[in-house]
Amino acid sequence: MPNIIVLVKQVPDTNAKIVVNSDRVDLSTVKMVMSPYDEFAVETALQHKEAAGGEVIALTVGGAGAEKILKDAKAIGVDRIVRVDASGDMDSNALQSIIAQAVAELGGEVVYCGKSAADTGAGSTGPGVAERMGWASASNVSSTSFGDGLSVVMPSGSGNAQVSVPLPAVVSCDKGSLKVRKPNVKGIMQAKRASVEVLSIEAPPSTVSIVNHALPQAKPAGKSYEGGAAAAEVAHLLRDEANVL
Amino acid sequence: MTQTIVIAEMNNNAVHPSTAELVSAAKTFGGEPTLVVPCTDANQASGAAGMGAGNIIAAKSGAFAHYDASGWASALDGVIPIGTIITGASPQSKDMAARLAARRNIPVVQDAVKIQDGEITSPVYSGKAMQTVSATGPVVISVRSNVFTPAEGGAMDHQILATDGNVATAVQEFMARASERLDVSEANIVISGGRGMGSPDNFTHLEAIADTIGAAVGASRAAVDTWEAIPHSMQVGQTGKTVNPNLYIAVGISGAIQHLAGMRSSKYIVAINKDADAPIFQHADYGIVATWEEALPVLHESLKGMMD
Repeated sequence: MPNIIVLVKQVPDTNAKIVVNSDRVDLSTVKMVMSPYDEFAVETALQHKEAAGGEVIALTVGGAGAEKILKDAKAIGVDRIVRVDASGDMDSNALQSIIAQAVAELGGEVVYCGKSAADTGAGSTGPGVAERMGWASASNVSSTSFGDGLSVVMPSGSGNAQVSVPLPAVVSCDKGSLKVRKPNVKGIMQAKRASVEVLSIEAPPSTVSIVNHALPQAKPAGKSYEGGAAAAEVAHLLRDEANVL
Repeated sequence: MTQTIVIAEMNNNAVHPSTAELVSAAKTFGGEPTLVVPCTDANQASGAAGMGAGNIIAAKSGAFAHYDASGWASALDGVIPIGTIITGASPQSKDMAARLAARRNIPVVQDAVKIQDGEITSPVYSGKAMQTVSATGPVVISVRSNVFTPAEGGAMDHQILATDGNVATAVQEFMARASERLDVSEANIVISGGRGMGSPDNFTHLEAIADTIGAAVGASRAAVDTWEAIPHSMQVGQTGKTVNPNLYIAVGISGAIQHLAGMRSSKYIVAINKDADAPIFQHADYGIVATWEEALPVLHESLKGMMD
């Protein structure tokens, strides 16, 4: 029975407006949620347990404030919730090193994560952790079936491929056709009482550091028209002024 | 001076033209980049000639026949000198970049859109902010396309180095895409519909225009969430695909932050919406306040006339 670990990350709600103060993104007034693709990873991990037995552990890295998303994962059915205590900015090398050590310490045999986090959009954690563990990895997976190993659907060339992935492995999850389960009252009550296991793991020093954040440059005002007939003029401007046709 | 290595962006065993942009990005660090071409047959590396590199290495391995993250990263690691590594930013290249960086215990910086004085800028929060970082040692950097001017000249011949990869996964079956239509993430022109289209059946009007101008058809999250017939694969936005086309046409889309995050970096944006106060108009180069029923037939006729 596999020991299943799902990586979850707390990020700003994707509908939130991002504000920059003194060269840094200011998240103090932003609602924080579980990164959307991580929800598909949690769902896939729970389906893996339903198919093969075992235990699902949700793992995050961050301060105590990040425990809310662990409780959210607990409410829909993960067995254990674990936080590696950390603060401040880390580069990918430091973060993945911490996660790989935690996965080893927890005895994970398969790791699920979102294809990328909604804050960085990088998608580095899944493949990076797999490399550190010496495991197989499959990324941007839209569907997973569970047997001796895994069989996943992932993008390949201009289409998709069905790929067999031997365990142990890290799988990063895209949305696919998954419907994420919702918590019920019993789950929410259990999550409230559940205790978070806290690990302390030392990170190697980061060699990449943030210089600044800035808002993207605003576009100059465009041309505006009233009424559908203007579409003819716009079509010609696209060819003659913008040169994009 | 930093030793820089560029990994060629491959498409169907051929060197993709965007590789010359990656060489240009590498040159911002000074010196003459080494261009490494992952290939199964060294002849495939001839496409890397004249892309501005100091020298070209054809990294030849059976591991490069199909993409496997473990196989590619281990096979490339064997032939790449120590230094800063530049890759493309396709989903596959980003995946490989992350694995290669982890293999060397160095950091990876994804989706660079600017490199200046060794500082690297990438969009974060789906383009709602830009993050600039600096590195004190070697790093792997994936670079977005359509940002750097392609480099020219340089090495014409390649040296062949055989390498082995630790391939972990196996392809059981290749599946053609369900739809014959172009994918939004690959197209130079995207035309997207929102809930303002009224019904998923009305997307046929967008498809007709797309066929005329060689565009892909996209959708807002509101449209995907409302209508079963509009698949998530069409969704442009923070929880869908991020697109960077030359032309983006938004029809019946109000312009929620979610959506803007996925398309705001498009070169030109056209918005068609009946609500003059829709936020999408603040980002449009050409805004038309009209219903789609009024505007699309006129747009289609004009475009047809121009394409003939």
